[in-house]
Amino acid sequence: MAGSRVKLELTRVVQGRSRLGVLKGLGRTGQHSLEVPGCLLHTHVGTVPHLTQDTLHTLSNLPSVTQVTLSNIAEHQEVLEEFKDGFRKFAVWGSGGRIELTVAKFMALQKAVQPDWYQSMADGETWQNNTSRKRVRKSVDRTLAHLDECLLVHQKSQELEGVEIFGVVEGGDILEERVRSARETAKRPVAGFCLDGLQTGSMDRALRTQLITALTKELPEDKPRGFSLPAFIVPHKCSTPGGDGESGSSSEFEKEDLKEAVVTERGCALCFGFDISPDPELAGRAPHAVLGLDEERDMAGETQQNGDLNLDDQTQMTSFEINLKDKSYQDDFRPLVEGCGCYCCKNHQRAYLHHLLVTNELLAGVLLMIHNTAHYQAFFGALREALAIDKLDLLKRRVLRERARQTQ
Amino acid sequence: ASPLTLRIVAECPVTKARACDIILPHCAVSSPVFMPVGTQGTLKGITVDQLEGLGCQICLGNTYHLGMRPGPDLIEKANGLHGFMNWKRNLLTDSGGFQMVSLVELSEVTEEGVKFKSPYDGKEILLSPEKSISIQNSLGSDIMMQLDDVVSSTVTGPRVEEAMLRSIRWLDRCIAANKKPDKQNLFAIIQGGLNAELRKACLDEMTQRDVPGFAIGGLSGGEEKNDFWRMVTLSTDHLPRQKPRYLMGVGYAVDLVVCVALGCDMFDCVFPTRTARFGSALVPWGSLQVKHKQYAKDFQPIDPDCQCPTCKRHSRAYLHALFKSDTAAMHHITIHNIAYQLTLMRSVRQSIVEGRFPEFIRTFMKRMFPSPDQYPSWAVDALASVNVTLE
Ligand SMILES: [Zn+2]
Ligand SMILES: [Zn+2]
Repeated sequence: MAGSRVKLELTRVVQGRSRLGVLKGLGRTGQHSLEVPGCLLHTHVGTVPHLTQDTLHTLSNLPSVTQVTLSNIAEHQEVLEEFKDGFRKFAVWGSGGRIELTVAKFMALQKAVQPDWYQSMADGETWQNNTSRKRVRKSVDRTLAHLDECLLVHQKSQELEGVEIFGVVEGGDILEERVRSARETAKRPVAGFCLDGLQTGSMDRALRTQLITALTKELPEDKPRGFSLPAFIVPHKCSTPGGDGESGSSSEFEKEDLKEAVVTERGCALCFGFDISPDPELAGRAPHAVLGLDEERDMAGETQQNGDLNLDDQTQMTSFEINLKDKSYQDDFRPLVEGCGCYCCKNHQRAYLHHLLVTNELLAGVLLMIHNTAHYQAFFGALREALAIDKLDLLKRRVLRERARQTQ
Repeated sequence: ASPLTLRIVAECPVTKARACDIILPHCAVSSPVFMPVGTQGTLKGITVDQLEGLGCQICLGNTYHLGMRPGPDLIEKANGLHGFMNWKRNLLTDSGGFQMVSLVELSEVTEEGVKFKSPYDGKEILLSPEKSISIQNSLGSDIMMQLDDVVSSTVTGPRVEEAMLRSIRWLDRCIAANKKPDKQNLFAIIQGGLNAELRKACLDEMTQRDVPGFAIGGLSGGEEKNDFWRMVTLSTDHLPRQKPRYLMGVGYAVDLVVCVALGCDMFDCVFPTRTARFGSALVPWGSLQVKHKQYAKDFQPIDPDCQCPTCKRHSRAYLHALFKSDTAAMHHITIHNIAYQLTLMRSVRQSIVEGRFPEFIRTFMKRMFPSPDQYPSWAVDALASVNVTLE
């Protein structure tokens, strides 16, 4: 690898942690970029769940990077090898991903897939609680060994020229192992880092914050850092946007992000507000940006929230969403979120979504996925904007206040 | 005057086929037309924009389902089914009777109407002609169907005549019950089973009523195809030329082409969308099972000549792979299948307008079947009855 082409250009660093910038030089020809903090589009075999190209492209401001979980495509390896143009043309989308495989098979898969970047093989079983120190140490060692093997194959491979490797930082919940993993990985010629096993819900919040703070100090400033969520091992656990007020403080992008998909599968729409616009006109509108929030104070029970940020299973909602299956939406002729510009909100009402959900119609998933993806991407946009104008704290308060208000 | 105008654009000089413009409240419909079925106010994962993009001018909603959930009151509040599902073009609703008889085990037909127990709360409900029209008035469809007394097309004996005669009486009650005759069209449904005399009697009676259109009902329920086409052609022989003819429940490509030749204008069927969910894509040579292993490495589109969004973007191999993991695969095939049906009908219409429909039929049959000896004999007979011989 003739030096990493992926470049993180930071325009701002807030409180020495929160970073705003652009990840440049992505794509095999280096033509793509990703604004950070940002969030990748999660896909099934290159398709955003429920969406066809028509429905997906009703969304504006989509990130240029899409993520494909390798477990989805491993079985199609033979096909891809025959189809010489790589996964992007096969699926119309680009990729990146991870899977537990032998290094040889893993690298063969990468050659077939031809992603823009991929995550090195990792031994990440350590996110289970109470894993022994010995086992954690072994996982860090094995992950580093995998990375070295991958790099060896990668550097010799013509097919992977211009493709980037991301190193995986393991270490479970043991600080020293995390730091060791970060330090060692940073010595290798990787383009960026994936912080594995740090999703909300899998570990104590204070410990998680402590680990992330330590890791951000270890990792080089000029390389991107991402959260990697163990999507296909614990498929329904994932972080909540702004949930612990830490989002954006250490990760530039969320990888394998299933957030929208998970919310969609349980029939919910993301509705949390993040408008911190100083524009008086917009500011005046801000409290109403999320329809129903004001009413919710008076009409307790319009949304059912539990206020719990740790998603233990798919059926448990966070306070950032409304459950459209709830009977109260039966005759609610408002859009999901007033002012949301997505196809769903511009064309349909809560009552219709409610009907589609209770009748088990496929369109429910399509419309919710459109809205949730738009909402989540817009949240990341707001996060970048808040960083740019030094208002991250305000955004944090805004998101958290909303939660507090809703859980009253 | 009813809110429907039929303009005959062209008539085939050989067969009974015709190309018409059916002007309805929401837009003009070019016939012959296939109408996709959106049972619960949605079409199998397809957005209304996608459906519009495919050129669909009219689709169906089911009165039975929508009357149950979310109910006529709610839909009326949402500005009718158009407002509720945000569909800007035409809608046709059925009477609800057929679903009741076929879906609900505990249904009983009396002169009053169809009595049944709600599958949701067990309450006894009576669907009378008046009730059916009242629900359809709330739904606000452009075309409403009369409540008819449906018997299976394989039933014989006095029940068939009873049902036919009752359907005529119910038609009169439906006409009287229509509160919006200036906004919503009510179609009569010809019954009479497979009995030519009963069909004829029904036709004589119903064509005396001033309804804006007629449907041919009670067919496509597992009867012999030989009986089927004879009943269709008998009906079109006696239906007025200046009103649309809707053949209910027909949607296989061969049936569509033959029945257009027999003089039908409108068709509906759940088949294209239902079969898509099982990975079956409709093509000019029959169907293609996307799930079959032989397509795993096939990088052509489903149909290289198809202009639909699916065929323009995706290969058989991709759809094959996607089918295992995401519902979007079904959406891709549903879109293709609807596009196939609509395109087929557009080409049929085009050939009628250009005076080459018999030739179109011959080319169509050649492509659909590997050899002429595999042409279904009923289709050969039906086409011969309208002067089209297949070599
Ligand atoms: Zn929206
Ligand atoms: Zn197609």
